[in-house]
Amino acid sequence: MTTPVDLFALFLHFLTLSLLAIGGGITTVPEMHRYLVDRTGWLTDTSFTASIALAQAAPGPNILFVAVLGYNIAGLRGAAASMAGMMLPSSVLTLTATRWARNNREHVSLRAFSAGMMPLTLGLVIATGWLLALPFLKADEHRWGTLALMATTVLLVLKTRLGLVWMVLAGGVLGALGLV
Amino acid sequence: MPARPESLAQLFLAFTRLALQGFGGVLAVAQRELVERLGWLSKEEFVETLAIAQVLPGPNVVNLSMMIGDRFFGLRGAVVALAGMLVAPAAVVLALAAIYGELARHPVAVDALRGMGAVAAGLIVATGIKLLPALKASPLGRPLALGLALLAFVAIGLLRWPLINVLVVLGGGGMALAWWRLKR
Repeated sequence: MTTPVDLFALFLHFLTLSLLAIGGGITTVPEMHRYLVDRTGWLTDTSFTASIALAQAAPGPNILFVAVLGYNIAGLRGAAASMAGMMLPSSVLTLTATRWARNNREHVSLRAFSAGMMPLTLGLVIATGWLLALPFLKADEHRWGTLALMATTVLLVLKTRLGLVWMVLAGGVLGALGLV
Repeated sequence: MPARPESLAQLFLAFTRLALQGFGGVLAVAQRELVERLGWLSKEEFVETLAIAQVLPGPNVVNLSMMIGDRFFGLRGAVVALAGMLVAPAAVVLALAAIYGELARHPVAVDALRGMGAVAAGLIVATGIKLLPALKASPLGRPLALGLALLAFVAIGLLRWPLINVLVVLGGGGMALAWWRLKR
């Protein structure tokens, strides 16, 4: 079942996914699963899921789950190959598009673009928070604790200037004590 | 006069600092640091930049960091901001991956992660709510802009439409309306 690990194939796989990752890397997870677990057998189902959960919980951009997947396949070289593949095409495109947009920012179609997209962006941000909490909300024993903790967090962010890291750490302590 | 980073080193450290605070995602911290603490962007500029970062492929906050670095220092700034965002957090997450097998055997660690996850989700929701006033200046008019934001939440969060459909239908609709209003 398992094919030998090939660093260049790993790099190429992420290179082709990079430009498909509209809305963030997480949207290409099903395709990564198909290739890394089902087709090549480089990762087991469990270690695939655990890699993503770990990167989500750790500090830093969630896209680092790609580095963890690569690491679990081929160590540090695997992490470097997969991250380079994932980041190169989208970074080049982002820079090119940004510069073009800045030079034409008074153009009516660009102003219409950002006016039309801004509401969508905020709706998406709120939906992302909601979707991240959904797995906890689906488990009966965690539903109300999770909702209460989320509501408290929202209030604290809107009404105080408390450091965000402290809130996350407090959430960790409450979780460890079995209160959530 | 809006504030700006004075050097590449300051840019690098600012992004490293915010990335390392971002448990469960960096967006909430990015808003707090870049808009509220450092004042490098206004609320409106932040949402506008994020809107562009969102339609482009690639991780949104990483795209955002490159766009901000590029704006202040050109290509060098983009590379430095990207490195600030990724280098230190990558070291942390790979160290965690190396000891993960050990961690996962402790139910307390799993419970703690769940608590942190719930707070991280709350932080993202709060960030979205906090940025809503940026829609005040929208050429769509505030009620319509807020309505579109609500529809986008329902379509993605509750109905689970694929992102691309939402971008085409709601984004396209919003853009067409804005274009029509700006033309008049």
